[in-house]
Amino acid sequence: MNHDPARRDFLRLVGVAVPASMLLCACGGHDTGSAARGVRSTAYFESGEMDFIRAATARLIPEDALGPGADKAGVPAFIDLQLAGPYGRAERWYMQGPWPSGTDSQGYQLRYTPAQIYRQAIAGIDKHCRAKYQQSFAGLKTDQQDEVLHALEGGKVDLGDLPSKTFFNLLWQNTQEGFLADPAYGGNRDFAGWKLIGFPGPRYNYVREIGEYGKPYGQPYVSLIGRVPGEALTHAGGAA
Amino acid sequence: MARRLPPVDVVLVGFGWTASIIAQELTDAGVQVLALERGAWRDTVPDFATDHIQDELRYAVRKQIFESPERETMTFRNNTSQTALPMRHLGSFLPAAGVGGAGVHWNGQCWRFLPQDFVIRTHTEQRYGKGFIPADMNLQDWGVTYEELEPHYDRFEYLCGVSGQAGNVGGQLVAGGNPFEGARARGYPLPPLERCASTVLFDKAAREVGFKPFPCPAANASRPYRNPLGVQMGQCTYCGYCEWFGCGNYSKASPQTTILPVLLKKDNFRFKTHCAVTRVNTDNTGKRATGVTYVDVDGNEWEQPAQMVVLCAFAHHNVHLLLVSKIGQPYDPVSNTGVVGRNYAYQITSSVDVFQKERLNPFMGAGALGQAVDEFNGDNFDHGPQGFVGGGYIALWNTGGRPILQHYLPEKAPKWGAGWKKAMHENYLTACSIATHGSVMSYRSSYLDLDPTWRDAYGNPLLRLTFDFQPNELKMSGFLTDKAAQIGRAIPGATVHEKKRGGPYSIVPYQTTHNTGGAVMGNDPKTSVVNRYLQSWDVPNLWVMGSSVFPQNAGYNPTGTVGALTYWSAAAMKRYLKNPGPLVTT
Ligand SMILES: Cc1cc2nc3c(=O)[nH]c(=O)nc-3n(C[C@H](O)[C@H](O)[C@H](O)COP(=O)(O)OP(=O)(O)OC[C@H]3O[C@@H](n4cnc5c(N)ncnc54)[C@H](O)[C@@H]3O)c2cc1C
Ligand code: SF4
Repeated sequence: MNHDPARRDFLRLVGVAVPASMLLCACGGHDTGSAARGVRSTAYFESGEMDFIRAATARLIPEDALGPGADKAGVPAFIDLQLAGPYGRAERWYMQGPWPSGTDSQGYQLRYTPAQIYRQAIAGIDKHCRAKYQQSFAGLKTDQQDEVLHALEGGKVDLGDLPSKTFFNLLWQNTQEGFLADPAYGGNRDFAGWKLIGFPGPRYNYVREIGEYGKPYGQPYVSLIGRVPGEALTHAGGAA
Repeated sequence: MARRLPPVDVVLVGFGWTASIIAQELTDAGVQVLALERGAWRDTVPDFATDHIQDELRYAVRKQIFESPERETMTFRNNTSQTALPMRHLGSFLPAAGVGGAGVHWNGQCWRFLPQDFVIRTHTEQRYGKGFIPADMNLQDWGVTYEELEPHYDRFEYLCGVSGQAGNVGGQLVAGGNPFEGARARGYPLPPLERCASTVLFDKAAREVGFKPFPCPAANASRPYRNPLGVQMGQCTYCGYCEWFGCGNYSKASPQTTILPVLLKKDNFRFKTHCAVTRVNTDNTGKRATGVTYVDVDGNEWEQPAQMVVLCAFAHHNVHLLLVSKIGQPYDPVSNTGVVGRNYAYQITSSVDVFQKERLNPFMGAGALGQAVDEFNGDNFDHGPQGFVGGGYIALWNTGGRPILQHYLPEKAPKWGAGWKKAMHENYLTACSIATHGSVMSYRSSYLDLDPTWRDAYGNPLLRLTFDFQPNELKMSGFLTDKAAQIGRAIPGATVHEKKRGGPYSIVPYQTTHNTGGAVMGNDPKTSVVNRYLQSWDVPNLWVMGSSVFPQNAGYNPTGTVGALTYWSAAAMKRYLKNPGPLVTT
């Protein structure tokens, strides 16, 4: 059934127990917003939440002349899988109370896991958007979406006891991760992020090339789960 | 109730860099050594194999290779007027968990401290007068000199196969090396690493400004190397996944690549993993350690009796164990008395990002591939007009170009959106960053004690850190950053972004895992926990290794000095084993 070794490896790396329905869907290709088909296509997000994530990340890293943006690069699926795994559950964090608040220099002091932060924040943002624009975030025009994102970034959206800035920073951090992490994790699809900047992937021998100052590196992009079939043998990414 | 195990001669708490050295030395001396490590076993194959170790998300971002705060963390505040709060996930520093300790995932930037660093109080008073030292600065001589440590630095460098260019051999300056370094008996075991495009730019610019740049000492092997123990290392391939990762290529010096192949064959050495030591036990006089208590992976508690206990658990954990075991007088910042927890210090870093046009291919790098200048380290310059104590090096390290955490964007680049994307596209291959790496002195107000509220997974109170950058350090770091910017601006066509370090100290962004002090060495039991041989003043069969013994921190990365002190102490332990008792009497 699951004939794609890359996909299998990627599920192993993410460390998520995935429902069979999702595996079917994951094999089917890049469509992550297929809840309409009646199979659950996400590991953590509800479908409305996924709509938000797709729309928001598409504004954070938009598609343009330089190449695919976050949505096409698979960032929403990346975040979904991360939140369904040990990271989403804050398995390695110290989560013992009491929970007083502190100074910025003392760091994170909320009792929410990353997965809980997303759930609470997306619900709050939805409320905010419906009150202000009579629309969900995903239904807004892009400049309105940017307005909301700026408001979140500035700490100006009421998300209950969750500062909107905390959520924005987390979302932006996870979006960059999904765009720039190894494609093994489901984002950076077809090396979209690495092609943008010119990073060839986890290669491990530059003995010959390190002294060739100023020369482009000519080997194909690689991932921990191998090369994309049919990928060109030289990479022309980055601007230099 | 803890179950009691058969006694051993020596028990080591932790099995990282210092424990590996002590184990190798003491087993050579014929005693039975047992190392207890709280983390897992791991080795180059299969754990660091290049088909999965080069995973920035898993290791560097999610920090899966480090200590898990869920089991052990600390609380933190900037000053005593605040309530310290738990460090809920890792940030400013990254303590290790697992065999090899932080030796697995360090960069290998392997320095010696300057001769004056070890006698800093005497030296500063002589050159600038007593009044030059701020009243709240607990500046202290180490009780050991550079000359005494030189053969031990040499041993550590030859163990690791350090690649570098000597600047001073036997008092003779050698062109191309660091002209400010203390005299060394011989050169480095290996020639410097290759230079990469960005270190070449730095070198040229620094010369233009009038400084004397040199290749940084690297525990990344520039050539295949066989160390004095007969362990073979491979040539570094500049893969750029050094710090925060294990080396898949046997090129970065670590316990695994330099000592363990020999140590693990010895009949008189054993180690256990997943065993967290929770206490050092003492007899009813409190003057003799009887062994340690640890908790195994199933939560069972064991008592391991031993003739001698060596704390090799890294800076924080050594101090934590002393405090929970009630060994030595805890430090009291109000009266400035007591010793355990006193003189915590750190490193102050800043950077100058450089934007220029030449392609640099930042992903071709190595943990300790760098070019540095040392004009403003230690007392290599006249501090009189500057009005601060201390200094640091300025270096361009190219440790790698890992895309999530290692990219530099111009100050004015948009934080997200199409502008961010464009800035990433335009700068990733061509930007670089010059680092400053400054000393931090010790102060009355910087210390470690036990937290009154929060506990670790074993039920012990968390360690509490009270620390802030003081005006002396901020001034010094600002001075260094300006010098770094001067070099950056000398790079053709460069725009620079000076990122000065401001206060207050924050536990959030990663800075360095160069935490020092809390169990410092010295010649006076009123201001030190261990004597000049790293032997506890209170409990002579207890020893403390690692940077927790630094009385204050110098302007270099610590591990060269940690390694030298460990060999120095091991030599003293061998004398002690023949005739147990305090090696220094007061
Ligand atoms: C990311 C990173 C990069 C670094 N880069 C550099 C560098 O480039 N240059 C440099 O000079 N230094 C560097 N360092 C610092 C260097 O790694 C340390 O100085 C060195 O490893 C210290 O040796 P140690 O034996 O004191 O501690 P470690 O090597 O960390 O070993 C301590 C061991 O004790 C174990 N332990 C702790 N508590 C307990 C307990 N209660 N019971 C049982 N076991 C316990 C830990 O799990 C660990 O394995 C870096 C550190 C880090 C984390
Ligand atoms: S840069 Fe060199 S020493 Fe570091 S991990 Fe890669 S091969 Fe090993």
